[in-house]
Amino acid sequence: MNGKAAMQALEIQRPHGGLFRFGAGKMDRFVTDLSNMEDGATTPPAGRERLVVIGNGMAGCRAVEELLARDPGRYWITIFGAEPHVNYNRIMLSPVLAGEKAFDDIVINDRAWYDDNGIRLIVSDPVVSIDRANRLVQSRSGRVESYDRLLIATGSDPFIIPVPGHRLDGVISFRDMNDVDRMLTAADKGGDAVVIGGGLLGLEAAHGLTLRGMKVTVLHLMPTLMERQLDEAAGWLLKSALEARGQTILTGADTAEIVGEDHVEGVRLKDGRFIPASLVVMAVGIRPSVALAREAGLAVGRGIQVDDHMVTSDPAILAVGECVEHDGQVYGLVAPLWDMCRALADGLTDSPSGYRGSVTSTKLKVSGIDVFSAGDFSGGEDAQDIVLRDAARGIYKRVVVKEDRIVGAVLYGDTADGAWYFDLLKKGEDIASIRDYLIFGQAFAQGGGATDPKAAVAALSDDAEICGCNGVSKGKVVAAIEGGACTLDAVRACSKASASCGSCTGLVETLLAITLGDEYAGERTVRTMCKCTSFGHDDVRRAIVEKGLKAIPQVMQELHWSTPDGCSSCRPALNYYLLCAWPGEYVDDQQSRFVNERMHANIQKDGTYSVVPRMWGGLTSPKELRAIADVVEKYNAPMVKVTGGQRLDIFGIKKEDLPAVWADLNAAGMVSGHAYGKSLRTVKTCVGSEWCRFGTQDSTGLGVKIERMTWGSWMPHKFKIAVSGCPRNCAEATIKDFGVVCVDSGYELHVGGNGGIKVRATDLLCKVETEEQAMEYCAAFIQLYREEARYLERTAPWIERVGLAHVQQRVVEDAEGRAALADRFRVSQSFSQEDPWAARAAGHESHLHQPLAVAAE
Amino acid sequence: MTQWIDVGAIADIPRQGARTVALGGHDPIAIFRTLDDRIFALVDRCPHKHGPLSQGIVHGHAVSCPLHNWKIALATGEAQDEDKGCTPTIPLRLEADRILIGVNAGLATAA
Repeated sequence: MNGKAAMQALEIQRPHGGLFRFGAGKMDRFVTDLSNMEDGATTPPAGRERLVVIGNGMAGCRAVEELLARDPGRYWITIFGAEPHVNYNRIMLSPVLAGEKAFDDIVINDRAWYDDNGIRLIVSDPVVSIDRANRLVQSRSGRVESYDRLLIATGSDPFIIPVPGHRLDGVISFRDMNDVDRMLTAADKGGDAVVIGGGLLGLEAAHGLTLRGMKVTVLHLMPTLMERQLDEAAGWLLKSALEARGQTILTGADTAEIVGEDHVEGVRLKDGRFIPASLVVMAVGIRPSVALAREAGLAVGRGIQVDDHMVTSDPAILAVGECVEHDGQVYGLVAPLWDMCRALADGLTDSPSGYRGSVTSTKLKVSGIDVFSAGDFSGGEDAQDIVLRDAARGIYKRVVVKEDRIVGAVLYGDTADGAWYFDLLKKGEDIASIRDYLIFGQAFAQGGGATDPKAAVAALSDDAEICGCNGVSKGKVVAAIEGGACTLDAVRACSKASASCGSCTGLVETLLAITLGDEYAGERTVRTMCKCTSFGHDDVRRAIVEKGLKAIPQVMQELHWSTPDGCSSCRPALNYYLLCAWPGEYVDDQQSRFVNERMHANIQKDGTYSVVPRMWGGLTSPKELRAIADVVEKYNAPMVKVTGGQRLDIFGIKKEDLPAVWADLNAAGMVSGHAYGKSLRTVKTCVGSEWCRFGTQDSTGLGVKIERMTWGSWMPHKFKIAVSGCPRNCAEATIKDFGVVCVDSGYELHVGGNGGIKVRATDLLCKVETEEQAMEYCAAFIQLYREEARYLERTAPWIERVGLAHVQQRVVEDAEGRAALADRFRVSQSFSQEDPWAARAAGHESHLHQPLAVAAE
Repeated sequence: MTQWIDVGAIADIPRQGARTVALGGHDPIAIFRTLDDRIFALVDRCPHKHGPLSQGIVHGHAVSCPLHNWKIALATGEAQDEDKGCTPTIPLRLEADRILIGVNAGLATAA
């Protein structure tokens, strides 16, 4: 800003009248603009030390307030501000943007405060250099002030991602009143806005702009919103809620460039997507503003380094607020700033107390959604999570406990107990005695509830609601139990309590225990998926479909998972269930896949991989065999073996070499054999009527057709098929998951065989007359297995569990149902038949194959 | 004397995932990134049958070995639940978004 611009900025303030009158009646000076200020006296009253404050923001002014409260006559104070305003509450810019407050409402110290305390305020004129030897500062307009003590409170600067187009007109940050004015001007014209950054600031900007009538898209690089303040579950809840309020939230969105001629026209992402926008707000973060201190030669790390008394490496210079680094920490919240200002003022008035760092908490409201976080909620060694999820009310609470003390908390939807948890956290109080009730909040943990949870339930009145989903009262549940329902399932069946979201399951079980006393068996017969949940596989699958759950964190939230991100048992299962329920829509979570399905090869005991290219129906050709032989030699594979499924398995391939191996095999026309997956493995065939003197049908031809139809499909477990050309059954079709035995009059279809630990011969499903029918029944059977079997349940135990009659009813007797099953399989296949090797060979996900670094030692 | 080596940025490691650092003559080092962006470093070798832990499923602050599903605590390298064994941890330091690992004579014996 040049002098003229500064003057214009001052003009804006004129309507307030008499704005720049300083020390009236005390120093007899009137300042109305910069030129007048230059004429002002620069000599302090006798006996006063000169304190110059760089920064007219919350930290600088709060420090001055604290100082005045201790010793109002000690310093002659001059404050330099870069903005044309008096001190205002920067945190409240969001309500100004949202139209809930006006600028006047957020002023902290008005003109009279500066006047009354004899403070000289120099606005729109930032300090540009510090001369430590002569104890002078110089402002941009050329003004020079000398100091005895200097306080740097420059705050922080918005971080601007230097993508192409970031200097275009219409690209702004969200840091000061000027930014808000620019946003409001843009919002008046309506249209599309893009906010880059899904942190606190970005979401507030998005909220404000939405309320101002703009269509807002938030781009966030990370997979979940506000990842610094919220864990994944809460971040996901916030995203869903904001989307319901009309914002578009794109996570994992990496900005490639901001597009436009002179003015911004849109944002292009690295994945090619283009989002039109007439306004782009960059809110990706802030950085301590340290340039001035660094040029002055002060010790600077991430921030300006200060001791416990906020003194920098120069004893005459202090620093406070977001620009400082204390004990390795920098803070971007307001609470630490108050603590710092107290310590600073104590030090400046010769009664040093010392700042010891701050534990921070964040409590905020975005679009009316309450969110709270405090302390360290990243868990860690010895940390235990206490999690409460109330899906119906949209509440998520997580308290992290370490050695009987609270170390962190994340609350979403209900933050009433945030202050209490934060208090316990800061005081380091031992919570062992209230641990069982901690998550229910202060009222319960410290009130009458702190006796016996059973007593609390017993004390409930008969009309107290137990199941919110189905509106079932305690009286009805007790009546059901007294009427003979003596298990959870029986209560669910006759009263509907706990039959929907399941969050009241514990309450119902307590009622069973109270009502039945010793007669209550206490144990549920349904085995849970894993220790992370109280639900069984079938319950989870039903909920996914009925509630339309479409992401792993969403399932975990709705079904009250007890761990933040599940375990190695439930995550792969959930990933499969979602993939099966929402083909083409669900985005596969690679991090929830077992290594083989992530690496598209089979890990071996020495950490190398084996590679099996697909050979349709077990048929191969000289070209394929040559390519395989070449790969074996080129990559020094120590062994190559014919598998039980009629394929060739190349052993000892290093993970770094996999993409190159695949490229070579792809070049010969071969794709992944999925020998590694919970998926269709192989279709084994015999030679059939084309060559065999006993063959009755073209078993190889049918095998190839079936493999072309079924390859690439994800299943609850591995799935093997075989087609034999006659009842001699050379392809061993009767120990496969789906086996076809050709006979003169058609095709016998067999299901549920297994040649593994426990050999099980197939059951005969039915007999059909044509190849087309065999294919249709095969597709329908696979889809039924995909939809009904539990993860890691082969067809053999599944059929023993549900009964062959059930499978026959669905696949054989119900023609319409069979067609629908087969249709669903084909739809699913239309999204899954892409060779995963080809993408990797082309360089996708190369990080999976390459070390992060190679270090020589 | 610990020597600190910059091995990459936090963003280079997928969340709930791991990358390896090749260390000439020794077992590689696995650098893990958890859901909550904590970074841990272990020798990439399960105490059970020496499976590459970097290839396992990362959940909470633990990893499940891809070979036999042993659960290893990332902070200590200790096998969890009923299993007994320990994988050496590697000194680790974060500077802004950079990951530094400490290598010294101790590592040579550990690895």
